[in-house]
Amino acid sequence: MYSTLDRQDLLDTSLRVETPEGIDLLLRPAGLVPRALAFAIDLVIRAAILLVLFFTLGLLGKFGMGLGTLLLFLVQWWYMVLFEVLNQGRTPGKYWLGLRVVHDDGTPVGWSSSLTRNLLRFVDMLPFGYFLGALSCLGHPAFKRLGDLAAGTLVIYQEKPQARPALPDVEPVAPPVALTLDEQRALIGFAERHGALSAERRQELASILAEPLGSNEEHAEAKIHGIARSLVGSS
Amino acid sequence: MKQAVFERQHQADWQEFAAQLDALEGGKPRSTQPGTFPAAYRRLCQQLALAESRGYSSQLIEQLRQLALRGHQQLYRHRSPLLGRLLGFISGGFARTVRAQWRYVLAASVLFYGSLLGMATLVYLFPDLVYSVLPADQVAQMEQMYDPDASRLGRFAERGAGDDWLMFGYYIMNNIGIAFQTFASGLLFGLGTLFFLLFNGLTIGAVAGHLSGIGYHQPFWSFVIGHGAFELTAITFAGAAGLQLGVALLAPGRLTRGNALRQAARQGIQLVGGATLFLLIAAFVEAYWSSMTLATPAIKYIVGALLWLIVAIYFCLAGRGQHAAE
Repeated sequence: MYSTLDRQDLLDTSLRVETPEGIDLLLRPAGLVPRALAFAIDLVIRAAILLVLFFTLGLLGKFGMGLGTLLLFLVQWWYMVLFEVLNQGRTPGKYWLGLRVVHDDGTPVGWSSSLTRNLLRFVDMLPFGYFLGALSCLGHPAFKRLGDLAAGTLVIYQEKPQARPALPDVEPVAPPVALTLDEQRALIGFAERHGALSAERRQELASILAEPLGSNEEHAEAKIHGIARSLVGSS
Repeated sequence: MKQAVFERQHQADWQEFAAQLDALEGGKPRSTQPGTFPAAYRRLCQQLALAESRGYSSQLIEQLRQLALRGHQQLYRHRSPLLGRLLGFISGGFARTVRAQWRYVLAASVLFYGSLLGMATLVYLFPDLVYSVLPADQVAQMEQMYDPDASRLGRFAERGAGDDWLMFGYYIMNNIGIAFQTFASGLLFGLGTLFFLLFNGLTIGAVAGHLSGIGYHQPFWSFVIGHGAFELTAITFAGAAGLQLGVALLAPGRLTRGNALRQAARQGIQLVGGATLFLLIAAFVEAYWSSMTLATPAIKYIVGALLWLIVAIYFCLAGRGQHAAE
């Protein structure tokens, strides 16, 4: 049984993708600024590679120049593709900013879609400085540039695991009325976030529930914490 | 079941799964317990679904979701060997794709060869016309490159034998870059592809017509016939892929434009991949065979015709066998 909260449209830009296993994955698409920064980092890295190549292969004469043009070709057209496919959808710039490329359905990006999105980068850069790509990125709900639209790919945030906050240590209190799943989750959420809210804000929020919980404004917060503790169970 | 009990029960599982994920993401799957990962992933999915349906805290669900997302990324990663897929593509997949997309290939060929032959005929008949297509210094450079008295032919003709390698790099960089741009600019409603096809057709046609007109036809045609078999077809394939993108945007049929574009790109990228392979072959032939002056023009014409025949046979017959699907 799903609660209503799971099926509602999301308030933020997250995308919900249902997998064959019957669970929902939440993908958080990255916007224009982090993507532009990631591209800038990659640009600097590529420039550095080319500079090093230029100086070392210049010493080798004609053979070095031939090798140099080959490598220039590789760096210009294949740098992004090779990193995206062989390094879990992340170029060094994307890795730095915690981004990765995936298909629309959340599966890892493959050779053909990575090649598509990176070849079409040529059009995104038209007529100057990523103008079309930036327009498309700003106008699309999942921040896709033209290459992403054609290849069916997304750039998403790579989530970092975070430490879970502890519940306040209070005596469990049985809820006075039967609670729905959403109500349960809201009460537990309030208790879990008590460390991040000021005392006044906590009291203000808790006092809204004072009457239905059969409590007064001063004791509502403690009561919610108690109910949350009884819902979660003693650790 | 209360959340705390649930967490106590499965905490060890989750840590074990996270450790497996770390190893997989680092590229070194642990060999000690092969095959445990999919089962562990399915267990985690079930626990996530349970946690959601029982109304456990959002923090716990978030933690499980992150693990599930990372697991999903690893489970659905393609691990088929690249070399095998490449060989399958060369031995039949490419020819099949070209045959399946014959309408676009035909349209691109008509545009490219039509403008090439038309321009060549015009320049041959009206020699002055070449200067309205190409700047005068470029024409002079072409004349110098295909001078019948030169010892070596082609771009940068005044090179020695050691420079073949340099030319190989240059051809790859230049030609594959053009093919990629021809394909990509199809996204501008096909206009970019149209431009690149016609521009290249007119330029090559003007050069061909001019050089034939001034009596340099022998060195020119014997130079281009060999690698032309691969280079010119590759350009039309890249053009076909680009036209496909444009048509998907202009006339998506019963699909949405987004879906039509994704489908066209998926098919088009195969053509572009094949064109890239062809251009690699063309660069090799151009650098090491076409520029040789040891072979007489007659031999070059024969070899060139053979190469065209091989290309034609490949696209007509490859990948039609009974076991072609593998």
